[in-house]
Order: sequence, then C-alpha cells, then structure tokens
Amino acid sequence: MAKMSVDDKLGFDKFVTDEHESHIQINEDYHDEAEIKRLVMACPANLYHYDDGKLVFSHEGCLECGTCRVISGGKGVKSWKHPKGAMGVEFHQG
Amino acid sequence: MSSEEKFDAIVVGGGLAGSAAALTMARAGLDVMMVERGKFCGSKNSSGGRLYGHSLEKLIPNFAAEAPIERKITQERLSLMTEGGALSFQYGSDKLENLKYPSYSVLRSKFDKWLADKAEEAGVMLTEGFLVDKLVVEDGKVIGVMTGGEEFDADVVILADGVNSLLAQQIGMKKELEQKDVAVGVKEVIELGEDVINERFGLSGNDGAAWMMAGDPTGGNLGGGFIYTNKDSLSLGIVTTISDIGRVDVSVPDMVERMKAHPAIAPFIKGGKLKEYSAHLVTEGGLKMMPELVRDGVLVAGDAAAMVVNLGYTVRGMDLAIESGRLAGEAVIKAKNRNDFSAESLSVYKTLLEESFIMKLMKQYQNLPGLLEDHIIFNDFPKMADEFAGMVYKVDGGAPVALPMIALTVLANNGGLANLFDLGKKAWEAM
Repeated sequence: MAKMSVDDKLGFDKFVTDEHESHIQINEDYHDEAEIKRLVMACPANLYHYDDGKLVFSHEGCLECGTCRVISGGKGVKSWKHPKGAMGVEFHQG
Repeated sequence: MSSEEKFDAIVVGGGLAGSAAALTMARAGLDVMMVERGKFCGSKNSSGGRLYGHSLEKLIPNFAAEAPIERKITQERLSLMTEGGALSFQYGSDKLENLKYPSYSVLRSKFDKWLADKAEEAGVMLTEGFLVDKLVVEDGKVIGVMTGGEEFDADVVILADGVNSLLAQQIGMKKELEQKDVAVGVKEVIELGEDVINERFGLSGNDGAAWMMAGDPTGGNLGGGFIYTNKDSLSLGIVTTISDIGRVDVSVPDMVERMKAHPAIAPFIKGGKLKEYSAHLVTEGGLKMMPELVRDGVLVAGDAAAMVVNLGYTVRGMDLAIESGRLAGEAVIKAKNRNDFSAESLSVYKTLLEESFIMKLMKQYQNLPGLLEDHIIFNDFPKMADEFAGMVYKVDGGAPVALPMIALTVLANNGGLANLFDLGKKAWEAM
C-alpha cells in the first residue's frame, strides 16, 4: 500500500462536525516546547500544530480518542468534552 | 422530576458493557433506558478486534451463529520486530479449531449495534444520538441523568460510558487517566477481499488469524502492533503507551505507516484499500487504576471501570466488558427485589465481580503492567532476536559458529545475563 497522509486517511471517515463549537479547548498561551512537541506527535488525527511559537488546533477530523487530554494533563488542552450527541466522528467499521 | 416516567435503570453508553447490562435487566422485566451519544450504538467504538466468546456465550448461547462476527481465530502469530527484520512465530492447531469457547475477530460498529438491537428487542428503550451531560445527584445519591436539556430519573444509573468516562470523573468515582496507565490504539481497516486474505494467511472458509507484533512498529516504545483478519478486510494498527510518546522521534500516526512499510508486513497488505481510520484509548494500568465501582444509585462497568488486561501477547477488554455489564445488571435486579439502591445494597456487584473471572484476572496480573513497562521487552528482545536469527541463518563462506556461541555473543552484545536475570526476577514476582 502506498504511503498515505493522515489527512487522506481522515477522508475515509464520516464526520458530522459541530460548526459552532469545538468540544476541545486549548491553551493558546502554553509555551512548553517539549510538551507541545509530544502533544503534536501524539494526536492520531494530526490536529495539533506548533506554528510560529503558538499551539494551534482544529477539532475537525477529531477521532475523539482522548490522547491529547491525557498527555497534556490539563496544560496544553484546557478542556475536553465529548461532542454533542450524534455529532463528531461516526465509525461504520469500528 | 421533569419526565413523567421513572426508570428502574438508566444505562449510559451502548457499547458491549452497556448492552450486556441493559439486556440482562430487561429480561428480568425491569424498565430500562440505554442512552448512547453516537448516532447509533457502535458508531463511537473501535478496538483491535478480537472478542473472546466465553462471556457473551452465557448471555446469548451460540451467539456466533447470528452475530456479525468476522472470522473465528484459528491461527496465532507473534513477531518480534526490528526496523529491518522480524522473528516470527505461527501457531495453528486443531486445538484452536475445536475450542469450546473460540475467539472471533469483530468490527465494533457492526457488532455493538447488533448487541444493542438484542437489548432493544428484549424491551430496552434505546435512546441514540444523545450525550449525557451530567448525572443528577441528590443528597449524595445518583437519581438520574441530564441529556438533551431534559432530566430522566431512575433508581440506578449504570455508567458504561467507556474509557473516557467523564461522568464517573465528574462525581469523583474516578480519577483522570494517567499517561503511564493508558495507551492509544490507532487502527486502519484495509479492504483486501476474502480470497486474497485466505491466500496470504493460509486460511480457508471462516477461519481467521490474529497477529501481534512487538518492537519496531512502535519504535521500541511500550506497546506493539496488531493485525486481525476480518471477512474481507484486515484490522491493522498499533498501540503505544502515552507516557512513552516522544521517547523516540516517531509520531503516533507515523507508527502505523512504519508498520505498514515493514518488510514483514507490506506483502500482506499489498493492493489494499483503506476503508476506515480510527483511534481509541486502552487502559493498561490494571487493578490499581480501577475506580470506585459502586455508590448510592450508581455502578461502573466495562472500560469505564478500567477492566482490561494487557498480557503482552493479547489484550482482553471486550469479554470483561460483557461479563461486568451482565453482573452489574444482575446486581441491579437483586437491589430491585430488595427495593434498596444504596451503595451497600448495590455492592453485591463487587461480590459478583470477585467471584467472576474478572477480578481473578485483574488480581493475577496486577503487577504485570509494571513488568511490561520495562523497555527490554519491547526494545532489546526484538533486537536480540534479530541478531540471533541473523547470525544463525547467515552462511557466507566464513567459519560457521555453533548455536550456543551465537546465543552468548548476542547476550554479551546486549548487556549480558544481568539484564535478563533482573527481568526474570521481576516476572517471577509479578506472577
């Protein structure tokens, strides 16, 4: 199988994205580079980035695993909730 | 109470634990509502993909005849992998074909939906697409749930809301997960076709293979890789402990690509097409990370209660989830007969768990997580296996070296016997 980007992989999943609210809130003033690097590496959906000294995140494509919440211990990720009912990722294989 | 109706029990989460609990209670005539946040039960669920059938067999005898199972596992594979090599072990036997309680590969979005439908058929009111925002607590007793802006009351709430049980955390029954106690699993379902799978794995009919890998897939991090054969697809993925992320310079999603590109794996997935990409947490801390299981008006079951054992060569969670769900249901039935839903009355759940295989397993392996934290197993063993086999099977016209000498050389190159001795001692103590 040819190498695939995470973005391409997410294209095979079904999402019902909440356009109004993100279920994850990050701390944009967090600057611990070593920990941010781990957070960026950890997300299976590759949704965390460190651009120009700033932590950036988008909830679109979130697989709702909870890794970011656990790895950041309340620092980089300020709050983590489940998306509203029937929203977010919808697995058909699982 | 805003709702007219008060349920005997509300189950939060329509996964395997939740459905097992709901089904058990509905069969006894209890008035049960099960609330699932996904659009349908199973739509938020993913796991490696192997169900040991024994506990579901008690609930639905001969379930495999009607359930959407993928294949019956009759072939076991294990590989110790380095970046370029793999020492593999394959076991197939009529012993695996004729097990009284076989194991099956399953795809959770289909399988969990089927079990939830069984619960619904038994009389459970299934409410899908609703997230329970919080538990309703009165005088320290859980009396219901809030969902969709409405309150629903019940004598008992069973929390079967999975590894990220924010509800159990909200009321203080469970602490936040710690990095060293949880792993993230990332998985691809890859379509290959039934014939191709049978040919590549040497399988026929409905027979399936389970393949675990340690070493390279995770760059030597705690964890490993897995492949399970489904009917016409493979479940392929990696599991890596969160505290180890960043230990090597490979991101979690790249670990999957690294595994797929490995020379021992690539030929098996050649020409495959991705069907779905998923991720899910796996608790690994064992007994010591289990939360409080019972309080006034509330029980915790399945992944929410960290009922998972990681034995290194296999990870078991689904069979524990089903058993704990059934036992939670039984406990509520008993409490209902007494009309007493206090923690004391509900604590029969703990007694039932103690008597079941669940607590025996959790206790027997309570020190194993500590042992598996040793990088020797995930990093040094695969490397030593590769060196050993590489020397054994090398014929280059040079002087041949006898087997014992090769073993000693490999040992000497890798810290000698002392390391192994320490590990052996730890393993002994862990059992």
